[in-house]
Amino acid sequence: MSTVETARPRTRRDVKRARGPYGRVQQVVDELDDRLGLAKGGRTFLDKIFPDHWSFMLGEIALYSFVVLLVTGVFLTLYFVPSQATVIYHGAYKPLDGVRMSEAYESTVNISFAVRAGLLMRQMHHWAADVFVGAIVVHMARIFFTGAFRKPRELNWTIGVTLLILAILNGFIGYSLPDDLISGTGLRIGYSIILSIPFVGSYLAFFVFGGTFPGHVIIDRLYIIHVLIIPLIILGLLGAHLGLLVRQKHTQFPGKGRTEHNVVGSPMFPTFMAKTTGFLLMVGGGLALLGGLAQINPIWQFGPYQASKISYAVQPDWYMGWLDGALRIMPSWQWTAWGHTLPWEVFFPAVLFPGLIFNVCFAWPAIERKFTKDNALHNLLDRPRDRPKRTGVGVAMIALLFTLFAASSTDVLANFFHISLNEVLIFFRFAVFVIPVVAGFAAWRICLEMQGVTGIGKRKRAMVISRTATGEYVSEDSAPRPGDGHRELEPEPVPVRIELEPAAVGAAVGTSADDDTPGVRRVNR
Amino acid sequence: MTDETQVTDAEGDVVSAHDAGTRTAVAMPVARFDDPHMREAARNPRQAEQIIAVLMLIGIAGIAGFGAAYWQNAAPWIIAVTLGVGLFFLGFGMTAWGKYLMPQGPFVEERHPLASSDDERQAMAAALVERTGVVVKRRRLLGGLLGGGLGIFGIVAMFPLLRSMGPLPGDALDRTDWKKGTYLVDSNGRRVRSDEMEVGGIMTVYPAGLENTDAGQAIDQTVLIRVQDTAFTTVKGRETWAPLGYVAYSKVCTHLGCPVGLYERELELLVCPCHQSMFNVRDGAVPQFGPAPRPLPQLPLYIDANGYLRSQSGYDQAVGPGFWERTNQGNGTA
Ligand code: HEM
Ligand code: FES
Repeated sequence: MSTVETARPRTRRDVKRARGPYGRVQQVVDELDDRLGLAKGGRTFLDKIFPDHWSFMLGEIALYSFVVLLVTGVFLTLYFVPSQATVIYHGAYKPLDGVRMSEAYESTVNISFAVRAGLLMRQMHHWAADVFVGAIVVHMARIFFTGAFRKPRELNWTIGVTLLILAILNGFIGYSLPDDLISGTGLRIGYSIILSIPFVGSYLAFFVFGGTFPGHVIIDRLYIIHVLIIPLIILGLLGAHLGLLVRQKHTQFPGKGRTEHNVVGSPMFPTFMAKTTGFLLMVGGGLALLGGLAQINPIWQFGPYQASKISYAVQPDWYMGWLDGALRIMPSWQWTAWGHTLPWEVFFPAVLFPGLIFNVCFAWPAIERKFTKDNALHNLLDRPRDRPKRTGVGVAMIALLFTLFAASSTDVLANFFHISLNEVLIFFRFAVFVIPVVAGFAAWRICLEMQGVTGIGKRKRAMVISRTATGEYVSEDSAPRPGDGHRELEPEPVPVRIELEPAAVGAAVGTSADDDTPGVRRVNR
Repeated sequence: MTDETQVTDAEGDVVSAHDAGTRTAVAMPVARFDDPHMREAARNPRQAEQIIAVLMLIGIAGIAGFGAAYWQNAAPWIIAVTLGVGLFFLGFGMTAWGKYLMPQGPFVEERHPLASSDDERQAMAAALVERTGVVVKRRRLLGGLLGGGLGIFGIVAMFPLLRSMGPLPGDALDRTDWKKGTYLVDSNGRRVRSDEMEVGGIMTVYPAGLENTDAGQAIDQTVLIRVQDTAFTTVKGRETWAPLGYVAYSKVCTHLGCPVGLYERELELLVCPCHQSMFNVRDGAVPQFGPAPRPLPQLPLYIDANGYLRSQSGYDQAVGPGFWERTNQGNGTA
């Protein structure tokens, strides 16, 4: 590096001076830049702007739950034994003493009772999985309703839908691993669903399970898929997802100084980095609290899997509920002809229907473009009420999935309301058609109504009404919230250099008229 | 930017001094320390700093507590709370620091179009089309061979990848282990005698010797119910199948294979807990309700000279859920 090499410093002070005003940091940057040429791009990255809106945080929840899944998952692999070999249990949990079980189940009971912090790690892993899928779904809803999937971001939407499918799949596979009574029942249902596929079903089922259910290879196979294959694919897709985000930059809501050709917000370094790193810790801490205080999947209560046993009122993890509901309310239509059977009652709700839903998700950007004929690039977001039709469709879809989810507890509802199971079933068979249509239509109408109202959607400020000594009433806006003052400023490029000299500051502080503006006040230190 | 900020090329020399002559100087927007854009959002930064410091201290205490709790092997909830509180508060403090005490802008970044120029686009397309064209035109044969080779590899690779994962189904899905004369045994392997079950009783039975095997558990499992009538016929043609009111059905639900484990004694209904299919014990386990499409197959029973329950034959059809090759003709008799 020219400066450093030629100056031949002798004293410490010389060294310091030779490095320039930025000292050792400059040296590291120089050395890296010589080899990688990253000063320019790296600085652009530090200046990357993140729009300040709470809804941009949903994807972060998903990302950080995945981090927690990776960490706790690696911990679990140290103790989990993916084997269906039979053992007799003699461990820390006395009620199961002497019970026949698979090594997979035994090792999961051991993780829960014999490994230090094992139960916490297991429960954190399970909670993180539920939060992961939940955050993906809510994140996806915000992308949908604000139109963030429009050109040029269709590819990222597609990656997102794929991530959702993989997350659901890995969640199902994950809770199949402990080989307890509930997970075994889930696997049996999975096997039967594969069987229902026309032409190839029985072949596929035999290949996946290595023969008839349950066989003795399935846990081992699912294990490697669960801990290696799907997480790797998810990691790769996450990289692509975030890479595209950096390349295409964030979308933003319309607002002061915001156009299709810029991004307004706070910079990657230091503001966003501090906020998001803190948020990672918060998600981790929240999941630790959930995992430690809220019991989930107490497999020792269910007992080991035995194909002829079943526990009552079993519910799958929440993200499988809609499929379970669809299976429940499907009429028992099975076609048999020419020596073949087509089990519609399974194939439709468990294979075709989810296939249809996910394909509609994949295709949505194209479907919408077909209707709007809009091929322009969009970086400014829609407010949902400004797109009543899209909002209506989205609400209808959510209503459909919720109805199916509710239908997965037909028995619970029948017991609770003391009505016959039959009536509940018939209600849901109609409801899956009626509720989405009504909800979608209502959402569409409400959007149209909201468009006419001025000032809606703005952050409300409380009115402060005070009575003067003379008995007069005066109403005033309350003080703006912290940060609101910043909203009023004209956006500026991120400064590269900041005058840190206090001399330059001192004069302005305390005298500035700004000081009365809440939110931008500076106090001299 | 406001007045105190200028874009000064001269200032740029400081950073890129070593080669200022060879590269264009970097535009370096400068902000003064008291530029409103650089200011904190907190109304009272001093107080905010103190609050955040307290949050972080709680976080540090939590994390230290987690270490201690883990070391002492404390109760799981203590380990969890110390860890959770530690991470959460440290993170909360950090986020608040970023939100209230760091430059809030608003800052702006230009969004440069991603699209290349029309010439660039055409050059790319030309490279693809024309180079491919010249190769394919000259060497059709090689292209075809390569494509064919890869195609064949794809098909051949399916065998090790797919085929060796499991056996072919053959007629495995049609068969059970029930044969002519098989003893019915309970889960401990004890043979079931005709005089030991009460009317209204129900139990799960297996083919003798298989009660603890995967196949016995998953495929052969059968429910045995004793109904009131002694001369009892479920369906025409099955007159001899239920001696002394002992009737046996496959326990594998015809919907998705869950064990049909619930029995409503008064209604004489078998109920599957998975999706609430209900099967009427009296009329041959025809589904009365729910998604199951077919009756549970019935196992023909007889009582031998010593009073033991045995099967007359296997099931007359495949048990469990439907699949493409399943026929409605009985072929499960083995
Ligand atoms: C997409 C991400 C993932 C999801 C949705 C997920 C979900 C799950 C779920 C729900 C369970 C059942 C936990 C229980 O209640 O017992 C589980 C178990 C397990 N997971 Fe994951 N997981 C993911 C990633 C990982 C990774 C990356 C690893 C390891 C590197 C891992 C290792 C394990 C192990 C060893 C088990 C079995 C032990 C046990 O059940 O306690 N998982 N997973
Ligand atoms: S498996 Fe029995 S009703 Fe679904």
